[in-house]
Amino acid sequence: MSRSSDMSPALEMRQVSKSYGEGATIVEALIGVDLTVCAGELVAIMGPSGSGKSTLLTIAGTLEDFTSGEVTVLGEDTSQMSRNDRAALRRRSIGYVFQDFNLLAGLTAAENVSLPLELDGTRSKAARTTALAALDELGMAERADRFPDELSGGERQRVAIARSVVGDRQLLLADEPTGALDSVNGEGVMRLVRGACKRGVAGVIVTHDAQLASWADRVVFLRDGRVVDQTSPAAGPDSLLSPATSR
Amino acid sequence: MSVRHALLALLSEGPKYGLQLGQEFEAGTGEVWPLNTGQVYTTLQRLERDGFVESDGTIDDGPQKDFRITDAGLDELHAWLHTPPDTSTPPRDELVIKVLVALRIPGVDAGELVQAHRRHVIEAMHQYTRLKEDAADHEIGLLLVADAEIFRLDAVVRWLDAADARIKRLPPPSETPASPVRLRARRKVGARR
Repeated sequence: MSRSSDMSPALEMRQVSKSYGEGATIVEALIGVDLTVCAGELVAIMGPSGSGKSTLLTIAGTLEDFTSGEVTVLGEDTSQMSRNDRAALRRRSIGYVFQDFNLLAGLTAAENVSLPLELDGTRSKAARTTALAALDELGMAERADRFPDELSGGERQRVAIARSVVGDRQLLLADEPTGALDSVNGEGVMRLVRGACKRGVAGVIVTHDAQLASWADRVVFLRDGRVVDQTSPAAGPDSLLSPATSR
Repeated sequence: MSVRHALLALLSEGPKYGLQLGQEFEAGTGEVWPLNTGQVYTTLQRLERDGFVESDGTIDDGPQKDFRITDAGLDELHAWLHTPPDTSTPPRDELVIKVLVALRIPGVDAGELVQAHRRHVIEAMHQYTRLKEDAADHEIGLLLVADAEIFRLDAVVRWLDAADARIKRLPPPSETPASPVRLRARRKVGARR
């Protein structure tokens, strides 16, 4: 399956603002944020604590309302959708990965991965087959029937990633996905995220970690709720080998 | 980085030509650290002068001249491997100096300067990460060198983040108290350089 040639925007945020409270106590979490992420692209949102990056991610994932602006996910204007339609969009098309994995302790790895499919009406047997295929792709086929507390941190995050890309999910949203892992396991997780993007998934990672951000095609810098800067389109590794950089 | 000891390490595997040494050095570091042939020969000449390598040929043999490590060279190599790197003197970091200078120049937005440098450093990290992503597991030299560069640059970003937070907390320039005592203490720390 290859969708990487499809460069249509999976996520478009236009002039998105979000404020909490009102009057003198108003807190502006996001101010006029523009962000477009295309299919196959991995974008990192970087900023210090309180810069609004997690708010941006929850709005992108339709988990939170915004005050003004426009958010389009996979071609659909989310502000025009009913709550039920938004929930269906989340179940079918959006995958989430969190720092603490958020796996359900009472379900096996395979059940955790198949749950969103079953919630969306896929029959249990078909959902399990799809879940096992997703786990197999991440090298977790043999651990499919283990419970989260029988898995290592790296394995749990693989299950979380399998869950986030299972079925036909096209937008992967991750909040510090390697935060609880050592650097080698963290790198493994980022290779999997990159792999999903190469297959055509659009990815957004929010992080304060430069190593994690450096896996992205583009890094957008957020500060006090505003986009203040972004990296230029990726230069290839060849530029490292030019005489100009030799020491 | 010690080219001298890297060449000794390559020669500890057996006799080699100068050209071959240059190629093996670059291959061993995933070509991230280029090394020109002139530098290889200058270093070999010094190693020969110090008795750490020897060769049979004459200078006219050029690239075909064969070099061997001596017992003294092997001792030197093992001693170097176990010598801790010099961390006693903080380097005069160009970026640190730029941010310090920016704080003193009226009209320069230090926060913006910090962000511009952060972007450049992350762009460089991105290139090393791509290099690593494309590398196979057995390309250990390349992976280790790329990791080292990424960790080094990550430390620069962390310092920039900390600098950013400190600058943000600064009172407006007129309220900044002079602190001659601290300046003297700091001068002492860097006195050896």
